Amino acid sequence: MAMDSGAPQRSFTLGMLLYDTRYRSYTIQIFALILLMLGAAWLVDNTIRNLAALGKDFSFDFLWSTSGYDISQRPIEYDSTYTHGRAAIVGLLNTLILAVMACVTATVIGVIAGVLRLSKNWIVAKLMTVYIETFRNVPVLIWIIVVSAVMSESMPAPSAFRGDTPDASMLFDSIAITNRGVYVPGPLFDNSLGTVSVLGVQPSLDIIAVIVVLALSIWANVRLVRHAAKVQNATGIRPKTWWKSILILLAPITILLFALGFHLDYPELRGFNFQGGIQMRNSLLAMWLGLSIYTAAFIAEIVRAGILAINKGQTEAAYALGVQPSKTMRLVILPQALRVIVPPLISQYLNITKNTSLGLAVGYMDLRSTLGGITINQTGRELEGMLLMMLIYLLVSLAISGVMNVYNNRVRLKER
Amino acid sequence: MSDTHAQTVPFVRDTMLPEAEPPASEMGAVKWIRENLFNGWVSAVLTVLSIAVVAFLVYELFPWFANSVWNANSLTECRQILDGATGACWAVIRVNWLQLIFGFYPPDLYWRPILAFVLLIVAVAPVLFPAAPKNLLYFSAVYPFLAVWLLWGGTIWGVLVAAMGFGVGYLALRLLGSFGTLIQTGGAVIAALVWWILLAAPIIDVLSAALPIGIEAVPSREFGGFMISIIIGVAGIALSLPLGILLALGRQSNMPLIKGVSVVFIEFIRGVPLITLLFTASLLLNYFLPPGTNFDLILRVIIMVTLFATAYMAEVIRGGLAALPRGQYEGADALGLDYWKAQRLIIMPQALKISIPGIVNTFIGLFKDTTLVVFIGLLDPIGRASAIRATSDWQGIYWELFIFIGAVFWVFCFGMSRYSMYLERRLQTDHR
Repeated sequence: MAMDSGAPQRSFTLGMLLYDTRYRSYTIQIFALILLMLGAAWLVDNTIRNLAALGKDFSFDFLWSTSGYDISQRPIEYDSTYTHGRAAIVGLLNTLILAVMACVTATVIGVIAGVLRLSKNWIVAKLMTVYIETFRNVPVLIWIIVVSAVMSESMPAPSAFRGDTPDASMLFDSIAITNRGVYVPGPLFDNSLGTVSVLGVQPSLDIIAVIVVLALSIWANVRLVRHAAKVQNATGIRPKTWWKSILILLAPITILLFALGFHLDYPELRGFNFQGGIQMRNSLLAMWLGLSIYTAAFIAEIVRAGILAINKGQTEAAYALGVQPSKTMRLVILPQALRVIVPPLISQYLNITKNTSLGLAVGYMDLRSTLGGITINQTGRELEGMLLMMLIYLLVSLAISGVMNVYNNRVRLKER
Repeated sequence: MSDTHAQTVPFVRDTMLPEAEPPASEMGAVKWIRENLFNGWVSAVLTVLSIAVVAFLVYELFPWFANSVWNANSLTECRQILDGATGACWAVIRVNWLQLIFGFYPPDLYWRPILAFVLLIVAVAPVLFPAAPKNLLYFSAVYPFLAVWLLWGGTIWGVLVAAMGFGVGYLALRLLGSFGTLIQTGGAVIAALVWWILLAAPIIDVLSAALPIGIEAVPSREFGGFMISIIIGVAGIALSLPLGILLALGRQSNMPLIKGVSVVFIEFIRGVPLITLLFTASLLLNYFLPPGTNFDLILRVIIMVTLFATAYMAEVIRGGLAALPRGQYEGADALGLDYWKAQRLIIMPQALKISIPGIVNTFIGLFKDTTLVVFIGLLDPIGRASAIRATSDWQGIYWELFIFIGAVFWVFCFGMSRYSMYLERRLQTDHR
């Protein structure tokens, strides 16, 4: 007896392209692809025709022509005789410097504010609530302009520091806050190693040496701690490491700094302005503080949510197992809270990086103001300049979100 | 053991003692202060510090507020009235508040944006509050066209013909009813597009020549102040939610092409600052459109802000979709629902509920980001404030303008975040 082999075999008909779910997705996708390509062709055709009508070509040659404008804040050597490309790099570096500074301070302020908002202390919790709700609900642009106005309107002029009984005085005799910016002590090396030239940039060998030595010390300390953990796992006795750690971390850097003749260069009032030390311009300060206090309000909420998200049973279970309170925090609560906190935190870092483009409002020379501002105005290369700038921002953002994805995949709870 | 000494106890109390008051440190205000302000020395230090900060702020700022000047025509006049004392000069707001709200909109036509705003409240009421009558939803559907006509003015046929496009699409949907959903939807979209792109312009010309019904037209460059922020914000909010839902579904799609396009779009938009997109709108859009086309700057900005918010919205909704247990998707499949029915009846109601805080946060962010339009020359509140500060009467005034603008934004954004909390509570269905 012949067995019925399930569904009858039907031959392919044209209607199945529309009504059979096995084939319909191909129809839709091919249709979408055609539409997409038509749209792209339309845009490219329009662009070509518009460029031709304006008598322009599409070329990035302008990056190698002389820029002819100055940039006030220069992490690398630059003046108006350098190229537009170099100006763009200076702008990018300024963007990154500002982004890193703002991320660090925003995290510090945000974590403190978030933890304090959960405090049992009534007045502190209320104050933090007021801070968070005030700063979150007002546009960041207003905060940046307000900080800029505070710096340039309410701070004393350098001349106020003059005389035997000056109107203004320096903090700790080393930091001068003036309406032209803040002057802080800068590092100086007596026995400098000089500089090297890499790709047209002259980084100081001293700084490189300090970074290398610090990195090596930290690496050695990590090895030491890992070894101690291994010994502890094998024998049950943890070797004492604290004095070795201190020695490894501090001794090499102290010796290096001593050998290089490290000392601080204090700002001093000479003539009409302060000389020496490092000048932080008002534009940088306004961006830095404005972005920090604004984003910190968001980070505070993220931290609070992360801590509240951890079930109380986790703490109780750890106590029931006899784990000390400090270890409970470190081994049980924090790893779980971080899983909740870190992804939105990194997306706040992304926001900071993108918001640095508001530097335009206070004259901070970031990537948008150099490549996307003055260069475009001078060369008339809007299309190329904007595309290049978007590409750079995109790469920076993708790098940051790449880090986030790696982290997410590492800590993700495995489900089915 | 216990009864060994029972007889040797010298004294046993046989009456109850009267209830004593708890110690002074364990009751009333003292207890509250001890527990909430001085609970351990860290807490005590923080309390003292906080009180010091508050006292300092009040001490510094109180005279400034107390000596406020409301009636003056310039900063110099303010300073004369203050006569050396510190004080706020709110007169700048009093003199310029109409400009801060309406920009250069013709003063005799102020009733139009005001009416549009009042009708906006009526139009969103049925969406926001369950108590509002449901029939108002018809008005909500009409409102966008009405608002555009009220704000920009001109002939009524422009918005009517644009609205008819939807009617044409619906007609096509009914006519193609026997052909299955895919052809039906495609046909409706194509019919509407043909209407808008090819037929709309000549029909408007003919109709406005035949029946010139209209009100005075106001060009976009006269828009400004909070009006422009609210227009861009409301349009962006209304458009970005549906588009964001579609984009989130696209990113979750099984079709590689749809998914790829959605991912590229979302990651590109989220990877660049809004300000570069706004500059694209003002500088580059002319390159991408056919030579000779030029359309309204506010419309371009609305498009860019919408695209920007859509990408964020899509990610927020994707979070909600991902948070749904797999069983919900499988349950919908097991019931035999097709894709759109499953989304509409099972998935979206739950996913959107989960994403409410994120959605409202995106709305708030979008509304705050409308301030960035100042960089491309639209006179939003911040642009108006700079213009006011540049006049000789008000040169040197800062705080009053910023505080006013900040306070208005604060009221809107704080209101939105409170509404989202209310909505979450209202839609809460789990047992807590």
